[in-house]
Amino acid sequence: MKYVIAIIQPQRLHEVQDELYKADVNLITVSEVLGHGRQKGTTEVYRGYKEAQNLLRKIKIEIAVNDNFVEATIKAIQKGAKSGQTGDGKIFVLNLEDCVRIRTEERGAVAIG
Amino acid sequence: MRKFLVFVGLLLLLTTAGLFAQTTGAAQKPYIDFGNTAWLIVATAFVLLMTIPGLAFFYGGLVRRKNVLSVLMQCIIITAVVSLQWFMFGYSLAFGSSSGALAPFIGGFKWAFMNGIGINDPSPYFISQSAARVPHLVFALFQCMFAVITPALIAGAFAERLKFSAFLLITILWSTLVYDPIAHWVWSADGWLAHLGALDFAGGTVVHMNSGIAALVAALVLGKRRHYKGHATPPHNIPFVVLGAALLWFGWFGFNAGSGVAADGLAGSAFLTTHVATSAAVVMWVIMDWIFNGKPTVLGAATGAVAGLVAITPASGFVTLGGAIVTGLVVSIVCWWMVSVVKKKFGYDDALDAFGVHGVGGAWGALATGLFAAPVIQSAGVGVFYGNAKQILFQFADIGATLVWSFVVTWIIFKVVDLLVGLKPSEAEEEIGLDLTDHNEKAYTVID
Repeated sequence: MKYVIAIIQPQRLHEVQDELYKADVNLITVSEVLGHGRQKGTTEVYRGYKEAQNLLRKIKIEIAVNDNFVEATIKAIQKGAKSGQTGDGKIFVLNLEDCVRIRTEERGAVAIG
Repeated sequence: MRKFLVFVGLLLLLTTAGLFAQTTGAAQKPYIDFGNTAWLIVATAFVLLMTIPGLAFFYGGLVRRKNVLSVLMQCIIITAVVSLQWFMFGYSLAFGSSSGALAPFIGGFKWAFMNGIGINDPSPYFISQSAARVPHLVFALFQCMFAVITPALIAGAFAERLKFSAFLLITILWSTLVYDPIAHWVWSADGWLAHLGALDFAGGTVVHMNSGIAALVAALVLGKRRHYKGHATPPHNIPFVVLGAALLWFGWFGFNAGSGVAADGLAGSAFLTTHVATSAAVVMWVIMDWIFNGKPTVLGAATGAVAGLVAITPASGFVTLGGAIVTGLVVSIVCWWMVSVVKKKFGYDDALDAFGVHGVGGAWGALATGLFAAPVIQSAGVGVFYGNAKQILFQFADIGATLVWSFVVTWIIFKVVDLLVGLKPSEAEEEIGLDLTDHNEKAYTVID
């Protein structure tokens, strides 16, 4: 069992979702985060006072997958999120210790579904 | 002492004699009436409220979070820029007179910078009160607010995908080349549509149809927003939309009830028809949402209100209570269908339904005026259902002329500005959001 975390550009979320559903990955958690990789930040101006803002809006996607779905998930996210410019994001794959379905109390690979 | 009293008596006689002459004369000399002036000053402020904050927040809530400031900025800037243009030469072009062959089509520069207009001069324009006038400057100010809100309505079509520099140029050119002529045709003493007999009380064609057609042109020229592909872009702040719609409803009483240029029965009638038509439109839109979309939505209620306000605008000073209700009910049916069915079918990206609501709603309002204008409200306004079948032809002429001029000249303006500075932000800029790329500002902080 693996836990896939992806940080992507907010405007690519629709595409990533479409690709994931096409790859038969139908479970997802989405949150809004701030951060940056190597790309430049923006400058904001408030009544003449300039402020460099290097924390940019990003979307974090988290999906728990069984081992046989990991590659498909990674490919789907990459296909949806890639625009060719710096700031496209990163995908992290972590080992998942255990998974529990709350409603039925199933555990392990079955619970991931 | 006696000589003094005689002198005072003579003085009184002379001054009051002037008064008596006024009341007994057949054609009264125009004078400035304080009641009418007070109302029109207030109505002017009401109409300003319609643009900012009304329209600003109505549209601001409908766009995505990353573009809300660009919409607010457009409304503030339009208010400032068009107001200056208006008093520099716009009012003169729209309401002034010129000589020669162009007189029915455009005014001249006689009144540029309000030249020749003294602060105590009564307005040459009036509707129901031929003698009790407002100051000319107040009338010009009232009309200024109309000139301001009309280009702001077009923002509904190009929201989220027009560069600020292009928007500035387009605003100035459009006000001068599209709004001022059409206002002249319908409202000025020389205007050819006015002479023809077209009825438009507060601007159904001049303001709403005009900006609605321009909005359609903008949507067609700019193309779809990128990343629009079949996904709806949800409004980022529906409370803002409702706030904006409510402020529009409030301010519209100045728009319609003020267009009689008097605080009299006609103003009261326009007030009544405005309120009732809007209420009917809200109810009908909610019903349609409930039937066809499963649930009544607050966004639908707010949109219905605006559609009703748009449709009653040309009719407000001509129709009765019954005519107003019908106008409101029908506009929601027509505009709901435009927005939910036709737009999807044809695929043009009229982001905030400026064409669907203002353009089409304004056209229906102009037709409704032709159908329901009742001579009991204004004797000069007789509609088809009161025996004057020809009125609908004059309304069609008004609609047709506005449609053609607005469409063609707006198209030319957009193309010219595209050559000068370019219309669209780059794909990256559109993705990041115009607030940051055009204004270096973020509307909402995420942390702190």
